[in-house]
Order: sequence, then C-alpha cells, then structure tokens
Amino acid sequence: MRVTLFVPCFIDSLYPNVGMSMVHILERLGHSVDFPEEQTCCGQPPFNSGYWEEARSVAVKQIEVFKNAEVVISGSGSCGAMFKVFYPELFHGHSAEAEAKALSAKTWEFSEFLVNKLGVTDLGARFEGRATFHDGCHGLRELGTKQAPRELLSHVKGLELVEMSEAETCCGFGGTFAVKYPQISTAMAEVKCNSICETKADYVISNDSSCLMQIGGWLNRNVGSVKCLHLAEVLASR
Amino acid sequence: MNQNRGDREAILGRVREALREEAPLKHPAERSAGGEPTTAHFREWLPPVGASIDERFALFAKLSESLRTELHLCADMAEVSAFIKKLAEEGNWKTIALHTGELISPLILELPPQLSPLLLQSGYDKDELEACDAGLTECDLLVAQTGSVCVTSKSAGGRVLSVLPPHHIVVARKSQLVTDLTEAYASLATKYRDAYPSMISFITGPSRTGDIERILVLGAHGPKRLTVLLLPS
Amino acid sequence: MSTIADLPRQQFQSDANRTANDAPRRAAVRRALSNYQTARDRTGATFTDWKSARASAATIKHEAVNHLDRYLEEFEQKFTARGGKVFWATDSKQARDYILNLAKEKGVRSIVKSKAMTGEEIHLNEALIKEGYAVVESDLGEYIQQLKGEPPYHFVFPCMHLRRDEISDLFHRELGTAKTDSPEELTMIARNVLRRAYVDADMGISGGNFIVADTGMISITENEGNARLTVGLPKIHVALIGIEKVVPCLADLALFLPMLATAGTGQHLTGYNSMYGGPRQPGEIDGPEEFHVVFLDNHRTRLLADPEQRDALHCIRCGACLNVCPIFKNIGGHTYGTTYQGPIGSVITPHFRGLEDWKHLSGASSLCGACTETCPVGIDIHHHLLHNRRNAAAQKPAAGEQLLWKAFSFLMKRPALYRLATKFAPLGGLLHPLVEGTAMDPVASWTATREFPAAPQGSFRERFRAHKAAKAELVKKGGVQ
Ligand code: SF4
Repeated sequence: MRVTLFVPCFIDSLYPNVGMSMVHILERLGHSVDFPEEQTCCGQPPFNSGYWEEARSVAVKQIEVFKNAEVVISGSGSCGAMFKVFYPELFHGHSAEAEAKALSAKTWEFSEFLVNKLGVTDLGARFEGRATFHDGCHGLRELGTKQAPRELLSHVKGLELVEMSEAETCCGFGGTFAVKYPQISTAMAEVKCNSICETKADYVISNDSSCLMQIGGWLNRNVGSVKCLHLAEVLASR
Repeated sequence: MNQNRGDREAILGRVREALREEAPLKHPAERSAGGEPTTAHFREWLPPVGASIDERFALFAKLSESLRTELHLCADMAEVSAFIKKLAEEGNWKTIALHTGELISPLILELPPQLSPLLLQSGYDKDELEACDAGLTECDLLVAQTGSVCVTSKSAGGRVLSVLPPHHIVVARKSQLVTDLTEAYASLATKYRDAYPSMISFITGPSRTGDIERILVLGAHGPKRLTVLLLPS
Repeated sequence: MSTIADLPRQQFQSDANRTANDAPRRAAVRRALSNYQTARDRTGATFTDWKSARASAATIKHEAVNHLDRYLEEFEQKFTARGGKVFWATDSKQARDYILNLAKEKGVRSIVKSKAMTGEEIHLNEALIKEGYAVVESDLGEYIQQLKGEPPYHFVFPCMHLRRDEISDLFHRELGTAKTDSPEELTMIARNVLRRAYVDADMGISGGNFIVADTGMISITENEGNARLTVGLPKIHVALIGIEKVVPCLADLALFLPMLATAGTGQHLTGYNSMYGGPRQPGEIDGPEEFHVVFLDNHRTRLLADPEQRDALHCIRCGACLNVCPIFKNIGGHTYGTTYQGPIGSVITPHFRGLEDWKHLSGASSLCGACTETCPVGIDIHHHLLHNRRNAAAQKPAAGEQLLWKAFSFLMKRPALYRLATKFAPLGGLLHPLVEGTAMDPVASWTATREFPAAPQGSFRERFRAHKAAKAELVKKGGVQ
C-alpha cells in the first residue's frame, strides 16, 4: 500500500524521531511511504482559537497536498482528529466540503491504522522497561482510540505496561490553552504526572507528541527520571 | 394579580421565532429490536430486573439493603403489629402518626398502650406532627429496579407524613411490587386516570446527604430510618 | 477597552491563578469527587446499554426543546386546570417582582427554600431579604453556603470544597454549636435548625428538575427530603423553573430520573423524586393552598435561537460534566464567577450574559471532551466551546490575536517559506517576535513551569529526504529491489 504521512509541524521540527520511526515500521511491513513536502500544519491552532477563516486558508492547502493520497497517517491523535473530525465541520457549506470529507475518510491515526486497517498487532519490537500509557484526549474521544495502542504494546517483548489511575485525564496541553492559561495547564500536568509517577514506570508512552511535550516539560522540570516516548518509537525499537 | 400571566405572549413569540430553524438531532435514539425509533423503547436499555416475581423481589431486597431500607417480610397483620410494637419499644416512642387505610386501620387498635396515635384524617397541627417519633403509611407501589417506595398524597396520608417523622414505616403487599419506573407510571395512570393526587413521590431509602465531604449521612431532614413491612400478596 | 467589560475575565484570570496553586483545596475537591467516580461507574455499568439510553434521552429532549412552545402551553393548560398558576417571566426582575408581590400580598413573613439554581440566577434571596423576609435555604449544602455568605461552589454539590473542620467552625461561629469533626453530628445540627424553618414558613420556594407537559406536573429530585417538606408544609408554594426543563410525558421520567441519578451522584435513583401537579386537591389533607410556577426565560430564548448550540438546553443539570472536568477540579467552582459552573456553564453563560464578557470561559479549556463523553443527554459540550470561540472572534476579533493568526496562516500557506523559516528557527521562535513581552508570549508562559524539548538534530523532512536518498542509492547499487 502507498502510505502518505502527515507529520504535523511540531513533530517535524521537534520530534523528527517519531516520524522516522513511523517510516521504518511501515517500510518494514512492506509499504511504501510518501511524505509530500508541501504539507505544513493542519490549521488547528487558529481553528481552536476561533479564527476559522485563517484556519480554512491553511487547511485548504493541506487538502490539496493530500488529494491524491490513498491513505493518510498521522502520528498525532490531535492533528489526526483535525483532519478526520474538524475539517468536515470547518468546511461545512464551503466549496471544499466534499474534498474535506474525502480527506477525513482516508485519514487514520497511526495505531488504529496498524491494528484496524492493516490487522497487524505484533511488530516484533523489543523494548526493555516498565511503562505507562497516556491516552491523548483527541485520539481517545474524537477518534475513539483506546485499545489499538495497548494491543500493539502488549506484543512488545520486554515491555511491562502498567495502567495509571488517570490514564484518560487530560494532561493540560490543549494547544494555545497551555500558554494562555499556564497556571491551569500546569496544575493539570501536575495531576497527570503524579499519576504517572505513582505507577513507578520508567517511561510514559503516548500516541500524541503534543501531550508528550507537556508531560515531558513538567516531568523534566520537576521529576527528571521518567522518560517520554511516542508509541512509534517504542514499536520501532528492536 | 390572579390573572397576571406575565410576559406569556412575548416569551411564546420568542420561542416560536427561535424555533423556525430546526436543530440537528445529533444522537438519534438507537432503534430497538422491534425496529421502532420511538422513545418508549428506552426501557430495554435500563438496568435489567428479571421477569419473575422472585427475581423482582430479590432485586428489591438487594437494593433495599444497599440503600439501608429495612425490609421485613411479615406473614400476616399480627406480625406487622408485633413488629411495630417491637420498634416502638426499642425506640421508646411516645407518639406515632398514621392515616387510615385498608392495611393501617386494623393496626390502630393493636398499638401498644403507651404509644399514642396521631391520626391524620383532615387537618393536623404541624408542630404535633413534627414531634411524632414515627410515621406509618401505606404506599401505591414498590419498584424493583430502583428499590423505591412510591407514595402519593392520596395513598400515604398527605404530603408530609411520609417524610417529616424521623422513622417512616411502610406497610405494603408483595403484589404491589412492580418491575420498573415505566410500569410504575403506567400503573399510576391506570389507577388515577386524570385525577392524579397533587403529589407522587418515589422514596428511595431513608433521607440522606453527602454534602459534607461527600460522606454519606442518613437522616438529613426526613426519616433517618425507613422500614418496609411486606405482607404476602 | 473598557474596564467594566474586562472585569469577569480579569476576575477569572486572577482567581484561576490563585486556585490552581492552592494545592490543599485542589486535593480536597479531588478527594470529594473520587467516590463519585467509582459510584457512577458502578451504577452506569448496571444499565443494559448506557449509550442507547443516552441517545433516547437526547432524542426526547430534542423533541421537547424543539417544540417548546407547544409543551409549555400543554403544561400550563393542565396545571391551571388543577388550580395552579403560571407566571411567565422574561427576565430576573420580572420573576423577582412577581414573587415579592406575592409574598407581600399574602402577608408572608418567613420563607423556606429548597435548592434552586434559578434562584441563584435571579438573586432571589438577596431581594427577599432586602424586603425584610426571613429566608432559609434548606438543602444542607445550600444552608452551609448561605451561612458562609458564599454562592454555591458546584450546582449539585454546593459546599463540596469545604472540609468538615471548616463547617464545624462555621456552625460554631454562626450557631454557637460545639465543634465536632463528625459529618453526622454536623448534619444533625443543621437538621434541628431547619425542621423549625419548615414548620414556621408561610411560603416554600423550590426549583424544578422537569416540567412534565402531558400531566401538568413539575418534578423535583433531591436526597434529603428538604424539598418534600418545603413543598409540603407552607401554605404557598412557588416553583421557579427555566422554560427549557420540559419533558413531553410523565412516563419519560422513567428514563430521566435514573439517568440523572446515575450521572449526578452515581445512585440508581436519588432519594426523593417527587412530581407535583397542582396545589392541595379536594379531599387531600395537606399541601399548599396555592401553587405558582414561574417560568423563567432570562435569555434562554437567545440560546434557543442558535440551532447549532440549542442542544445545550437539553441539560438536566446533573453536574456530571463538572465532576469529570479537569479544569473544574483544578480551579474550583467560584473561579468561574457564574451561576452555572463548569463546562456547561462556560457554554451557556455567554448566551445568557453576553459573549464579549464571558468568552474567556470558552477559551479556558483544553477541549479534552471528558464533559461531552459523560453527559447523560449527549450535549456536544466541548464543541460548543469551540463554537463560542469562533463566534467571539467573528463578533469582535482581538486585534493582537487576529494579527498573530493571520501571520500564522500566511506562513503555513507557503510551504517553501515555512521550510525556509523552520530551518533557521524552531517553530515557536518564528512567531515569537509578534507576541514577545505581551501576556500572550508563549515562550515565557511555557518555560515558567515547564521545560522546552531539546532541539533535535535536523527536522523530520530533512531526515526523511536523507533516508529516501540513501534508499535510492541502495537501489542503484542493486542492494534492494
Ligand atoms: S451538560 Fe450534561 S453533564 Fe453537564 S450538567 Fe448538563 S446534563 Fe449534566
């Protein structure tokens, strides 16, 4: 299958490893991976801030970029949700509505794609350590992703997965919210990270890099010992 | 004043104006097995009860226990009488408020001599009722699905007899136990038709509050204890 | 920018900053809600199918709200036929004046109230007390808040933020009772005071959870029995209810009562669910001689006129969305500065009290969607926060912010420029000059409490390019097919 990657702006510049891990995994499975260089950002920041016009002008470009893609895979539940759930709403009643819906229909979150589209759960990965999993809210509630990443992690040799009590609690990132209301956002991070630390895990894994930026940001400032990893990074290791 | 209905026309006008554009239905009800999308089918999504009278009773008993409703089976009226007498002695009751009725009237003569009855027949003195140690009532129905006792202002001696005294005792027959609230409402509709009593109340356990640190305390305002004495059908 | 318009936002910001740093209070709130979560999950699991039940509830409320005129009239006709009176109030003042006049006309002296958020909404107590009436809140939590001189913290759990020692001190101060750390003893103190209030009151004021159209009844849900007494003993009963609280049929309550209980407190059914269809009827021995229902619009029709957000009027005020909201748990109820706190409050308050002044509540959310997931009537709560943000930006764009997003989209529409720019500076740094030193400066805001990720070596696109080139090289050499 020809798989087209959507690597959102911040993964591109801050977490290139996540993107590369996805490339390796998909290629190992025998798929050809495509990355159109014209892609930039899904437009979520202005969209979430209420500036839909500005968001649309960015989004329309992405629709164009991915027009010919067979499937579009996102390594961030949040950006994936933007394509899948919010583009149809953003373009409701606009000329690009049909294209937006088409992109929505062929967009997959990475773990869902592996498990539910490709039917793969064991990637032959090996990763030593004790880890806990954070459900990114957009992946969990907009896309309904809960079991797929756990299914994939359960087949990673050497990995001990322990659930935290606040697995489904928001980490407090929320895009611009994190910088507009830093005190609230940080209080939320604290609750999340305390729950992570309670599990005595060495790693916190998520399918959303934006959450990991928040969680890692707080942990590195306050705890230091727990490391953040994207699901793809764990699945790519052997 | 009596004819003052306020801004009735203006409000209704605004409502109608607002509703000119239809709102989308985002969560259409799932179709039931029967295929009808009607709201009447929600019954099957609620907690299951079981079809037989025994299953119904078992659930009611289980819920009563977790609600701290004290449920006692009595073989006959004599046992009911004896039970009330025992409660009165234990609680050192002086007065008990009650109303007349098929199940209650025969009990009045059997009350222990030191316990004086306050019979609510027409009006009553609020202070006198407030000072009673217990209230004895009948009910319309018992609901298995929720562990509730359904009283009305007709069946249970008015609006407050079942809620003002600190101990509420209900005398009922097992045949009054219905499956769920749907059946309860249907049964009330049949019984009262267009002449509903001014109050219908589903009582589910003794009065309770969790307002302080969300910790359960019984007897916030109404009865600290709720006893259901159940006679055979 | 006027200072007045900024007041709610400023109050929110400064209270949020304070409360988000108040670790003991946050812990108390979390502790109070931990039992709730367990109970709710347990009871929810007893449903054969919670999701379908919820869809049914949403469908019924959709029917009711989208035919509100018809159902309100049906209620009125049935209710008045049984001797009740209906007053239609456009706004707070009309509702207050009606109740004040009624009290005056009937020679009322003391009033007992059961929990009514509509009462908070129209500041009823203040108005009555100002006119010299003795008004006592009878719900334990409301009573505590009244003694404390504070509005409810949560519209279902009014004093959930208080610890028992604080309540004990309050009672000691206000009532002269001995200090105790037993919730039971504290409850009994209130019980003794309040039982007098019911007996003495000439007027009982309640809210109402449902307006039942087909039988002309209002339904009140409570745990303590205080509403039963409020509505049972005084000679006049006034129920103050928002017009949206309609259900078409009495039998619909067979769904709504269990759902309200499960979502609200994790009970199968709340302690007392009572339906009142008129004042004392012929042959009845007690109950009020007069029963007045006051229908409150107070801008509900404004929300009704927005089809996109109309479903916010489906709300049955169970409070579940507050209980699961990470924002609520960390900033607490008073920070909102609204009658209705939490996610649903953030959705509806801008409609009730003005978007410009209250839009910040919609911004103060990470949009995690826990509220929407938990709502028993399926309201699209967190998406409506997005809608409010969009409407606010369209109505009155914030100058600096609009500029920022224009610059952002200018850049993101130009992949070549974007690539060039990100080569020299990480993304955050790019737009930084626009906001540096302002309240919106994201870097300062982030790094005050959190580390920024270490800059990687090379962006993904650079590494992907290299990867592709290496592969192509291999192919050329015949290493890979
Ligand atoms: S919005 Fe939903 S969850 Fe929140 S109070 Fe209303 S009904 Fe409950």
